[in-house]
Amino acid sequence: MANGVSDVGADAPAGGFVQLLTPDGERIDSVTTADGTTYSVDFTDEEYRGLYHDLVTVRRLDAEATALQRQGELGIWASLLGQEAAQVGSGRALRPQDMAFPTYREHGVLYTRGIDPIMPFGLFRGVDQGGWDANEHRFNGYTIVIGSQTLHATGYAMGVTMDGKTGTPDGEAVIAYFGDGATSQGEVNEAFVWAGVFNAPMVFFCQNNQYAISEPLERQTRIPLYRRAAGFGFPGVRIDGNDVLASFAVTRAALDNARNGQGPTLIEAYTYRMGAHTSSDDPTRYRIASEVESWKAKDPISRLRAFLTKQQLAGDDFFAAVDESAKDLALNLRERVLEMPDPQPVSMFDHAYPNGSPEVDAQRARFADYHASFEGSDH
Amino acid sequence: MSRIKEFNLPDLGEGLTEGEILSWLVKVGDTIELNQPIVEVETAKAAVEIPAKWAGVISKIFVEAGTTVEVGAPIVAIDTDPSAGPLPSDLPGPVPSAESLAAVEIAPAEGAVEPGLIGGPAPGGRTAVLVGYGPKNTTAKRRPRVGTPSSPTPVEPVAAPAAPPAPVVAERINARVLAKPPVRKLARDLGVDLTGIVGSGPLGSVTRDDVHQAAAGALEAPVATPTVTTAPAAAVFDASREQRIPIKGVRKLTAENMVASAFTAPHVTEFLTVDVTRTMKAIEKLKGRREFRDVRISPLLLVAKAVLLAVKRHPMVNSTWSAGTNEIVVKDYVNLGIAAATDRGLIVPNVKDAGRLSLLELAEALNTLVQVAKSGKTPPSDMAGGTLSITNVGVFGVDTGTPILPPGESAILAFGAVRPMPWVHKDKIKVRQVTTLALSFDHRIVDGELGSKFLRDIGDFLTDPEGALLSWT
Repeated sequence: MANGVSDVGADAPAGGFVQLLTPDGERIDSVTTADGTTYSVDFTDEEYRGLYHDLVTVRRLDAEATALQRQGELGIWASLLGQEAAQVGSGRALRPQDMAFPTYREHGVLYTRGIDPIMPFGLFRGVDQGGWDANEHRFNGYTIVIGSQTLHATGYAMGVTMDGKTGTPDGEAVIAYFGDGATSQGEVNEAFVWAGVFNAPMVFFCQNNQYAISEPLERQTRIPLYRRAAGFGFPGVRIDGNDVLASFAVTRAALDNARNGQGPTLIEAYTYRMGAHTSSDDPTRYRIASEVESWKAKDPISRLRAFLTKQQLAGDDFFAAVDESAKDLALNLRERVLEMPDPQPVSMFDHAYPNGSPEVDAQRARFADYHASFEGSDH
Repeated sequence: MSRIKEFNLPDLGEGLTEGEILSWLVKVGDTIELNQPIVEVETAKAAVEIPAKWAGVISKIFVEAGTTVEVGAPIVAIDTDPSAGPLPSDLPGPVPSAESLAAVEIAPAEGAVEPGLIGGPAPGGRTAVLVGYGPKNTTAKRRPRVGTPSSPTPVEPVAAPAAPPAPVVAERINARVLAKPPVRKLARDLGVDLTGIVGSGPLGSVTRDDVHQAAAGALEAPVATPTVTTAPAAAVFDASREQRIPIKGVRKLTAENMVASAFTAPHVTEFLTVDVTRTMKAIEKLKGRREFRDVRISPLLLVAKAVLLAVKRHPMVNSTWSAGTNEIVVKDYVNLGIAAATDRGLIVPNVKDAGRLSLLELAEALNTLVQVAKSGKTPPSDMAGGTLSITNVGVFGVDTGTPILPPGESAILAFGAVRPMPWVHKDKIKVRQVTTLALSFDHRIVDGELGSKFLRDIGDFLTDPEGALLSWT
């Protein structure tokens, strides 16, 4: 174990990043950034193994979803492959009372919130609109429009302050997820302005996976993204996004700052999307194979596995058991996805008004009659 | 339930209508696991592997590699319970099933969506869709209305026509007819086919009078008496002696690139005939050197070297006209494209950062590039990002051509056949090895002076490679 500074790792990007676990599985005890903040983690053996379990599980579920899309069972799928550590680390850093605002790719964060992984599949299968109860799960709806959830999150966080729920160690904090491409959106910059000026209790968690669909990072920014925060008046930190420990440590610290009334933080998780943007995309058209290969060597799961092995915290039995349980969960998920019922046409009226409306009720009745006029109709 | 399950080609990317089977990764009789990749399919958006939806044994492959398949068509059948013994005779026949066809046939016209509206037929027989989703070429199935009297007795499937319809009529059917909704309703009520009417309204739209006239006319005489003559028209048009090749894949891409380039970049082509005897001798010398014994050395190698050295002296030829940003982007690296004829058509893979390579590395890179191209396995990334290209038309035995620039590039050199020719050498007519170079350049960026100097330098190098190397580097 060693102490490091922020410029760790021979191939660290310009500006360095916080890394607590190297690609070879070496633990770095703590990292102190230029502003004097020291980041570290203090996990039990069981907690280390739990993180490994999370990473493998979310990757396996993601692979099943990709297969389901290719088999015509999902309309589209946005894979998280390569970004497991950024999502699991930050997701586990959330406390139960915290609120998360995801994009459409945060399946790993969703899993760490203890939510049944089937929840977003109705959306991708096209049988519902993805309208789950955000408050119940402390996890807002998947947002397809790029960057708009950062404004929703900022408004929500300002509300948390107005409700007097900040300023104590058990206060509430908010996390907003977005990608590198979203940083070019007006909404994200507006969210930075509002969160900064109103000292909103939130964390902006940017997974910089290097590509906005096909557009490379150099077309989004001339400086490292985390440094944008300085212009808006709050701290920015870059982490090794493939290091689940760094993701946890920095997110936990930033969230605790927020809940204690210290305002927002921007975290840039420097990572790589190993797969396609979505199942409709072909990344070989804009990325060269050697680049993808170089990121394989930084895989988030293999480094934690190497660490667990070297530290004798886990052996082959454990790894096999994790694979087995992830597979069981994936096959169970597959079964349940295939059994999802098609929605009834009239169900589109169900969520128009909470207590109904005479006009909508009349429309629903007419619509039901129309459908009943066909042979073989259920209505 | 049948234990044989058919897998239909799914819509792999939000609104696609078809896909091309690139290759089968399994064959009939193979045992497969759930999610094992079985077939590679290319759509308009991506080439992807499809994982098996069920575990079992491949019992039938419906379509061969190289075939384009509509979304929804079965591509493979899997025996999901091979341990149950020999196959019962319930292997589903080839689609489409009789029922599904019948369901389409008896769909009542009433309630069908108007042409041109979303979900209705659009020009070309396609189904109009919302922007952002691809068109559907399938016919929507509709359940029959309750109490529709005629539903079980569909019209006789169109009897064989006595005479082929006149082509004019066929064209009109495909064209979109302009008519206001009340006129459409009138036509429907009177049983008049809108597509058979020549409109007299504004923009050729069909008016109420047109419909009434057509309705009256239909009672009196056939709408159109095809003026089919019995003259031996076959001498001019004989469909049986025409081959129709779908425009797709590399051919389509090539065409799009060529059109895009030819009509955006003003091309100028200059020619230079040079004595390359010394270059040919230099190649022989290189072949004799130990370090080059494992690589194939052709004149193309030295032409490439000449181009790379000349670019260093005239960097402006290695640039892109970026209309979007109103800039000329001059590149300090040369991704050298080599046009290659392959079974799939013309492709132009490039050697990345070729200017940094030694002659040996360049030779190896060119060999690999060409071999991969011939095997048809060039990845798209190898074809992207070219900055300047060479087309070696000499291998086909011709002297030169006027090459078209690959989009985004500002210069391309055509290299013709090298032949023994009479040539004035040291004031005497001698037989020398001679070739013609042709350089096309984008005149927005490269002026005649620059283009000429660049071409002259390439020629100088090939005339006297050792001398050029000594004086330039």
